[in-house]
Amino acid sequence: MSQVRFDAVSKIFGGTPALTDLSLEVADGELLVLLGPSGCGKTTALRLLAGLEQVSSGTIHIDDADVTNMEPKDRDIAMVFQSYALYPHMSVRKNVEFPLKNAKLPAAEVAARVNEALATVSLTELADRKPGQLSGGQRQRVALARAIVRRPRVFLMDEPLSNLDATLRQQTRADIVALQRRLGVTTVYVTHDQVEAMTMGHRIAVMKGGVLQQVGKPLDLYNEPANAFVAGFLGSPGMNLVAGELRDGQIYIGGDLVGTSSVADTRDVTVGIRAENLRLADVGFSATVVVAEELGADVHVVCETATHERVVVRQAQHATVPTLGDTIALAATGQVYVFDRHTGARLS
Amino acid sequence: MSSRASLAPGGSVFRRRRDGWLGLALVLPALVIFAAFTYYPFFKNFQMGLFKAAPFPNLPSRYVGTAQFTTMLGSADFWDSVKSTAIYALITVPLGVIGGLVMAVLAHQQLRGIRIFRTIFSSSVVSSAAVAAVVFQVILSPQTGYLQTLGIHLPDITSSPTWGLPAMALVSAWQFVGLAFIILTAGLQSLPDEIMEASRVDGATAWTRLWRITFPLLSPTIFFCGVVGVIFSLQSFGQIDIMIGTSNATYTHTNVLIYAIYRLLHVSQNTGLAACYSIALFVITLLVTLIQFRLLEKRVHYAH
Repeated sequence: MSQVRFDAVSKIFGGTPALTDLSLEVADGELLVLLGPSGCGKTTALRLLAGLEQVSSGTIHIDDADVTNMEPKDRDIAMVFQSYALYPHMSVRKNVEFPLKNAKLPAAEVAARVNEALATVSLTELADRKPGQLSGGQRQRVALARAIVRRPRVFLMDEPLSNLDATLRQQTRADIVALQRRLGVTTVYVTHDQVEAMTMGHRIAVMKGGVLQQVGKPLDLYNEPANAFVAGFLGSPGMNLVAGELRDGQIYIGGDLVGTSSVADTRDVTVGIRAENLRLADVGFSATVVVAEELGADVHVVCETATHERVVVRQAQHATVPTLGDTIALAATGQVYVFDRHTGARLS
Repeated sequence: MSSRASLAPGGSVFRRRRDGWLGLALVLPALVIFAAFTYYPFFKNFQMGLFKAAPFPNLPSRYVGTAQFTTMLGSADFWDSVKSTAIYALITVPLGVIGGLVMAVLAHQQLRGIRIFRTIFSSSVVSSAAVAAVVFQVILSPQTGYLQTLGIHLPDITSSPTWGLPAMALVSAWQFVGLAFIILTAGLQSLPDEIMEASRVDGATAWTRLWRITFPLLSPTIFFCGVVGVIFSLQSFGQIDIMIGTSNATYTHTNVLIYAIYRLLHVSQNTGLAACYSIALFVITLLVTLIQFRLLEKRVHYAH
């Protein structure tokens, strides 16, 4: 079993920093999700760990071995790519046995391990098919089988679910989690989908602009975001972030009091309130109803504040939905977060 | 036609008829060019094969039916030409494709200054047959050639029955290698990066990657390159005409079909037989290409 450690790792592509000073540890058997929008550096970090890119500075360790300058094949890792990257000219079986053949394992062991891996992902019946004859979900499972057959120290997964449709994605998500928990292999999983991150990861590392923003357990990040970016990125919908003021520890939006802060300061701030912590009230900050999204169990009432910022209110299905275009008052029912208006850092 | 027809999508019958004429007018220039320079000569060739040219100029040719085809198929000269053509293609195509493949793989590396090598490797494609012939004359000439000055003494290939044909094929291969390089480089560049990266992570050595991943994935391009190479080699003419020529006794050994056609037409003035040879070349090209498709395509891996 293995640990992974990034020490002050940076990567610069032609003068443009893609990853800046990443220091991060992945514990033995942990599934760590690298989460962030496109261009945040999450895939770069994964590729550096795989050895597909060379670091500009810093070191990467797997267990005690410094793998920073090792070839991918010498790192004892397996990777599942976004496009699955199956070899189109080889059958499913040949795809899965390819890494073992490269490792020059005895034929009997290769056959046994390939059969086991195919059985694990329920692909035994399709072993002689070519990837082109498989559905997206089946191809994804071949890619998984090719990774697990290696019994590597670390699994790397680069948005492996992004090419699947919504239903299959949900099912495969659960399958991957179950497989990872059963095999107990240290896994680094890259995604831009915060639902995947929240449901799959033991911990999540949120990244933006090549910089690690915060790392922690999913609910810790959700409840205690380190900054406005993490707050806005996690959750469905993300936290409402509205321009406000702090006056001696009192939090105001558009001149209306919405809560109190532990910081007894007076300045312009960004106020954060989760959608489930807002309700329509007689007294509160005013907003205009833009659209009501019916989601079945919930209704997301999307509003716009006087300063044209979007605010989402989550209501139960049976609650009264306001008329579009109405100006309503919104009050906070739970925690109100306060972030620095300029740096985004959390104040309280 | 009912009134409903005029309400069909796309407008009235009149408008559709007008669009039809417009379409015809737009393709007409291309049709005229193809008709004048491709279709007419193609069919005229068949007609010419049925007429025997008079032994003296300015006399009418005589209809002989398929007699000239029978003559051609029974002549040793024709089969010698077919054999020379086959040997020529068997040297040119593998040399050109393998040479192009090796250069394409080498130039596919991300190295400093690789663009210069790519330009050099592909340069032969813009060299005409005349340039290629002169370049090789300068290299191979037994009197003033570069190889002579380097102390490498070769026989005079332009008068050697043994070396004439292989040397001409070598010149052809040199010319074709640039085209093969460009085609195969385009093929290499279109291979998915993620598959190549996956094979690196899967522990494949550079050699294994080349043989087990790159070449199979490149096989449709290699196959295409082979087909183009065969057609190219069957049409090689310029270098033979410049380096050997009809006055040289060696020409009987380098008398590939295309050159035999030229000789029949311009030296012997035998237009009828030349037309028969042209049709034979057309049939051979067609057959070889079809055979390539039937046999080789089974070994080609098309990605889905």
